[in-house]
Amino acid sequence: MEKVKSFISSFGLPRLIIAGFLLLLFIIAPFVGIRVGASISDTLARFGMNSIMVLAMVPMIHSGCGLNFGLPLGIISGLLGATLSIETGVTGPLSFLLAILYSTPFAIILGWGYGKLLNRVKGSEMMIATYVGFSSVAFMSIMWLILPYSSPTMVWGYSGSGLRTTISTDGFYSQILHNFLCLRIGSLEISLGEILFFALFAFIIWAFLHTKTGTAMTAVGSNPIFARASGISVDKQRTLSVIMSTWLGALGILCYQQGYGFIQLYQGPMYMAMPAVSAILIGGASVNKASIPNVIIGTILYQGIVTMTPSVMNNLIHTDMSEVLRIIVSNGMILYALTRKSGASR
Amino acid sequence: MQSVSKEYNGNPVLKDVNFTLKEGEVLGLVGENGAGKSTLMNILFGMDVIRQTGGYGGRILIDGKEVKFASPLDALKAGIGMVHQEFSLLPGFTAAENILLNREPENKSVISLVFGQRANTIDRKTLQKKAIDAITKLGVSLDPDMLVSEMPVGHKQFTEISREISKSSIRLLVLDEPTAVLSEKEAEMLLKAIKNLSAQGISVIFITHRLQEILDVCNKVIVMRDGRIINELDAAKTSIQEMAKLMVGREVASSSREKEERKLSDSIIMSIRNLWVDMPGETVKNVNLDVHKGEFLGIGGLAGQGKIGIPNGIMGLFPSGGSVTLNGKNIPLGDTRACLDSSMAFVSEDRRGVGLLLDESLEWNIAFPAMQIQNKFLKKYLGGLVKWRDQGAIESVTKKYIQQLQIKCTSSKQKAKELSGGNQQKICLAKAFALEPKLLFVSEPTRGIDVGAKALVLQALKQYNRELGVTIVMVSSELEELRQCCDRIAIVTDGAISGILPASTPSEEFGILMVGKSMKEAK
Repeated sequence: MEKVKSFISSFGLPRLIIAGFLLLLFIIAPFVGIRVGASISDTLARFGMNSIMVLAMVPMIHSGCGLNFGLPLGIISGLLGATLSIETGVTGPLSFLLAILYSTPFAIILGWGYGKLLNRVKGSEMMIATYVGFSSVAFMSIMWLILPYSSPTMVWGYSGSGLRTTISTDGFYSQILHNFLCLRIGSLEISLGEILFFALFAFIIWAFLHTKTGTAMTAVGSNPIFARASGISVDKQRTLSVIMSTWLGALGILCYQQGYGFIQLYQGPMYMAMPAVSAILIGGASVNKASIPNVIIGTILYQGIVTMTPSVMNNLIHTDMSEVLRIIVSNGMILYALTRKSGASR
Repeated sequence: MQSVSKEYNGNPVLKDVNFTLKEGEVLGLVGENGAGKSTLMNILFGMDVIRQTGGYGGRILIDGKEVKFASPLDALKAGIGMVHQEFSLLPGFTAAENILLNREPENKSVISLVFGQRANTIDRKTLQKKAIDAITKLGVSLDPDMLVSEMPVGHKQFTEISREISKSSIRLLVLDEPTAVLSEKEAEMLLKAIKNLSAQGISVIFITHRLQEILDVCNKVIVMRDGRIINELDAAKTSIQEMAKLMVGREVASSSREKEERKLSDSIIMSIRNLWVDMPGETVKNVNLDVHKGEFLGIGGLAGQGKIGIPNGIMGLFPSGGSVTLNGKNIPLGDTRACLDSSMAFVSEDRRGVGLLLDESLEWNIAFPAMQIQNKFLKKYLGGLVKWRDQGAIESVTKKYIQQLQIKCTSSKQKAKELSGGNQQKICLAKAFALEPKLLFVSEPTRGIDVGAKALVLQALKQYNRELGVTIVMVSSELEELRQCCDRIAIVTDGAISGILPASTPSEEFGILMVGKSMKEAK
């Protein structure tokens, strides 16, 4: 009994409930006529699309900036990179690399400014970050119309100017990672390309946190006054972490676009932060501690629920409950984690 | 009060305290910081903190009847009023309103008949009159219509006291260092007011560090040390010197301690000129100090005089100015990194807030500053581009200090917050030792740790100084502790050094320096 209790407390009750729920869905699935293989493939595909955006939470959590509700800012850098890459007319895998390349300077500049802002509002980063995300999305909604893009694949057909709300990545980098080293066993489809891509960046972040600078960043998050008394510039570390998070956000949306097949502009990035925040919290991270396993477990659990509930529930009760459940899970998880902020060790 | 005693977490802080107070008597209570004065008053006043930490022993009798206050409200009802060091006044209200807050005279109106008492209106005229009564009773000049936010400090203090004495049942007034924030003139007025009160039959317990004031107003003086009443003196027959000696002195201790007069090196490692530090509660105004190479310098003084501000200011944790030179080189103030780079280290008095990463392992805590400042415990790859944490080196250095300082822990991976106060303090020392500094600041190293750990910490510091020749500057409120380890002791009073004496000087001389008198004045 004691063992069970200590296991529950170390793994976290909410995570157990969600894992149990997901398992239940997989058990029910065959009985309502859903192929488990396809379900698993879906979950993995969604993992590949979303995992890097979840990873984008890690640096900011480590430096004590809280959860990156300002992820839309990183996404906008990614969108700028994506549209610029398409504008050049380069096709195929090269366009993906170009998109990463183009989005990098935007991510660094926007992240730097965002970091400076967060340094001025220590203590209420998360609320400010949310509004940074919202307002930047609104601002870019204007810019997408005004910026002088001209590629016929992207602009409105009737006016010849202004970007469309949805742009297909077909012919550019659609499914580029997904189809790279893709294993197909019956209905099961495992994309090693996406998983390797995530693994590469997860490794980079993991390794970074083991370096001198990474150690300093963690210390800043753990006790900023201690860090200052040890001669570390707290603001610099925080800004660096925000830049990293923003850049990973840009990379994350590019990864998402290649899997999804479309670039979504205008209001698209608005609520992108919520699923990512929710996923890392389900994974067991708190507002000031996060690790790579948190990212992996969280993304699988969250995306699993999101994939499985619609299909299973629809077939089971013939009503569309999926959206309701998804909202309850993701917002409920955020709420739970934020109320535990003081409980989580600081 | 009869044999009152109190323990905090097994540490006795009050032992067998007995005293009596007559009606209209003014009792002076003096003692060093941590002597137990505040605890005693908290017990008398029925503060929550006492009950939460397990109550107290002994009995309190008022008019021969035993009382046990469950809360400060009960104490108020019994006629005990207390004025704390910090003001509790509403800045936007006038003096009169503050004096009678929540006890305002009320007028009934039609609305209040319907909605009950809460809708009564305030009777401004009576309010004014009552407030003026209280002020006249105190015998000071205070405008009842003045807003608290516009008052000088002294008037705020008078408002507080007026509030206490406006309560009709007031019998005993406790004043906790009321003159600490007052100018000399205001203090004089207050002392006069205290005499007035006592003439009207109100007893006063007067806590202060200014011994002259005790002589001026008190009938009786109680000197406390280490939770005991050391002596009860007749204020008319004692002197500042006698009180100071009783306050700090441990004649027994001073004779048993090993006398070792070391010859100090002539070369000066650090010289401080005109240092000011803006640290809340510990303001440093103008400090000039020379630290000799290899010495163990103590900085003592009463709380709030600025001794803690000195190391904090030099290390750049609080805004500061002036000039500090280390080995002849100027140290930019306010730049922590530059201080650490020039091989200084600092063990903060705020262990949990500044000193430790509570959520991280002991390894991190000990190795972190040395890693960041001196690139120790790092493996370099790609020609120094990647500086990788060297787990092996970190572990071995942590184990070395755990053994050397006898830190009690389950492993070097245990989290710092799980250790006891004394062991946490040793981690802080280990952290500073790992930097291998030439000059080490240690601030209140024994605060809040038990006697055994205290001895170990002091021993470690002493050894570090004697064997490795590291210059140590230790700030402590406990004079005896300074006298045990240090070569010289500087006493800080009112933000400046009031004197530097060899550690072998009798403790009463330090006591006199602490209360801001030179030897001549005291005589």
